[in-house]
Amino acid sequence: MKRPRRRDPLPGFGLSLGITLLWLGGLVLVPLLALLLRPLELGPLGFWHSVTEPRVLASLRLSFLGALAASAVNLPLGLLVAWVLVRYRFPGRRLLDGMVDLPFALPTAVAGLALTALYAPNGWLGAPLAALGVKVAYTPLGVALAMGFVGLPFVVRTVEPVLRDLPLEAEEAAATLGATRWQAWWRVVLPALAPALLAGFAMASARAIGEYGSVIFIAGNTPMWSEIAPLLIVVRLEQFDYAGAAAVGLAMLALSFLMLLGLSLMNRLWRRA
Amino acid sequence: MTLSSLSRRAVLGSALGGGVALAARAQGAGQLLNVSYDPTREFYREFNSLFAEQWKAKTGQGIRANASHGGSGRQARAVIDGLQADVVTLALAYDIDAIAERGLINADWQQRLPHNSSPYTSTIVFLVRKGNPKKLADWPDLLKPGVSIVTPNPKTSGGARWNYLAAWAWAVKKSSGGEQAARSFLTEMFRKVPVLDTGARGATTSFVQRGQGDVLLAWENEAHLAFAEFGADQFDIVYPGFSILAEPPVAVVDRNVDRRGTRAVAEAYLQALYTPEGQALAAKHFYRPRDEAALAAAGSRFPRIEMTTIDDPIFGGWKKAQATHFDDGGEFDRIYQPGR
Repeated sequence: MKRPRRRDPLPGFGLSLGITLLWLGGLVLVPLLALLLRPLELGPLGFWHSVTEPRVLASLRLSFLGALAASAVNLPLGLLVAWVLVRYRFPGRRLLDGMVDLPFALPTAVAGLALTALYAPNGWLGAPLAALGVKVAYTPLGVALAMGFVGLPFVVRTVEPVLRDLPLEAEEAAATLGATRWQAWWRVVLPALAPALLAGFAMASARAIGEYGSVIFIAGNTPMWSEIAPLLIVVRLEQFDYAGAAAVGLAMLALSFLMLLGLSLMNRLWRRA
Repeated sequence: MTLSSLSRRAVLGSALGGGVALAARAQGAGQLLNVSYDPTREFYREFNSLFAEQWKAKTGQGIRANASHGGSGRQARAVIDGLQADVVTLALAYDIDAIAERGLINADWQQRLPHNSSPYTSTIVFLVRKGNPKKLADWPDLLKPGVSIVTPNPKTSGGARWNYLAAWAWAVKKSSGGEQAARSFLTEMFRKVPVLDTGARGATTSFVQRGQGDVLLAWENEAHLAFAEFGADQFDIVYPGFSILAEPPVAVVDRNVDRRGTRAVAEAYLQALYTPEGQALAAKHFYRPRDEAALAAAGSRFPRIEMTTIDDPIFGGWKKAQATHFDDGGEFDRIYQPGR
């Protein structure tokens, strides 16, 4: 039987796909292709040496572990923020809601300067922390802090709509069936939110790994200790080493891809379970 | 360079977010673009209007000279990637050499103008907290216990390379022990650096506004600027007994001026830097003029200290110094190698 033609608000599939491909191609595909081609100049062995230098490895470790740590902290806190925004009504809620998006909107350099001024050993928060023996600015901790700042909205904004759509009845049903609050939370609410949480975690991490503008001011940039991988790309460009810079970029891309792939597999397993 | 490799480079640049979005900017006649580095902002703003007047008086033509500023290496890269600069006025000869290597500037550029094509010079000095509480008078004092030092990363900052080389030269020439002593001096020195900013301005901010460090190693003109900007009640400038003569060079970008037909005005622009007016203006902005009369007129503004240059045999020019000290695997990288 012939299906009735569905009326789309947009003109035909062919045209939409064409524009999509052109747009994606110009913005994503072609630049990525250049990133793949440039390190070829080094040869496979040269590429390997270029990305396994101790300093490169140290910076990749900081960028990835920093991003994962920041996102791991953002996960429960971002969930809490989303929960408060969705489930409660209180004066100033709108304002709070708007504030969540600030890290999106603020130029990253401004955010970096503000965080550095705040957490530097002579800053408002940095001074009391320094008195306690905790150094934030110019240490890996500062790197993770800035990464947490740029990542927070990703967690909140992916969890929020799912949480809003989660019927209150589900929890009430759990309660009538004799579940404790903890059980309702652990067995009903959390599983429903898990895919969104995972997606938020992945996006926040991906954003934090590549973050340059806000991290660079607070990082301290000491090689082998507080130097992030994107800075190393800039360092190599500064030496007119285009191929070496692209090699680090490619390594970051490959690692990010593996990480996102792993998270998406986890998500699938979760859904099946 | 072929067109395709140029566009590929441009594409790569944007892919890396390197800010090479400054694609070839179309410019009409009567405009001149000077691609310069960071701390020359104030100087060239004034020099550009001076030159426009001079050119108008001489030829009757109007000219608008524009200047673009940024980290020296990044600016050189923008020119390599297609920014239509008529002249470049950068922090180090190495950056202009990099442009020349890609065929945009003739290889003999440094011989075309007097004094190694550097119309003004600077040196490396110490900016310390008011009253110099840690009593830092010369290079060895930097290693006193409890002293913390701010200098940008020599990998990303032209100014930081001069800082590093000044320290190296002092250790080789003034302490007994030669290169080995210099190596351990610099290793010790960088252990005392709490934050390696990417550029000279960033380091100044860390020192002045974030309260980092007891001493900032800085360009002489940058130190004077911070001094003038943030008040003499907060800082003192200390001239070490020995430093390096930093020679920021200038060159006409041959490929671009020939295509745009701006060679005459571009060459006149650079020559104007050597005129008494240009030299006086450089001195006003704390660059050391080459012209003896202008230097004498500046009086005590530029204390005479013993200085070496990049062409000293211990360095052997920028190309060699860059390869020995700052390229990947060079002396600077070894400072941060684990287990050293």
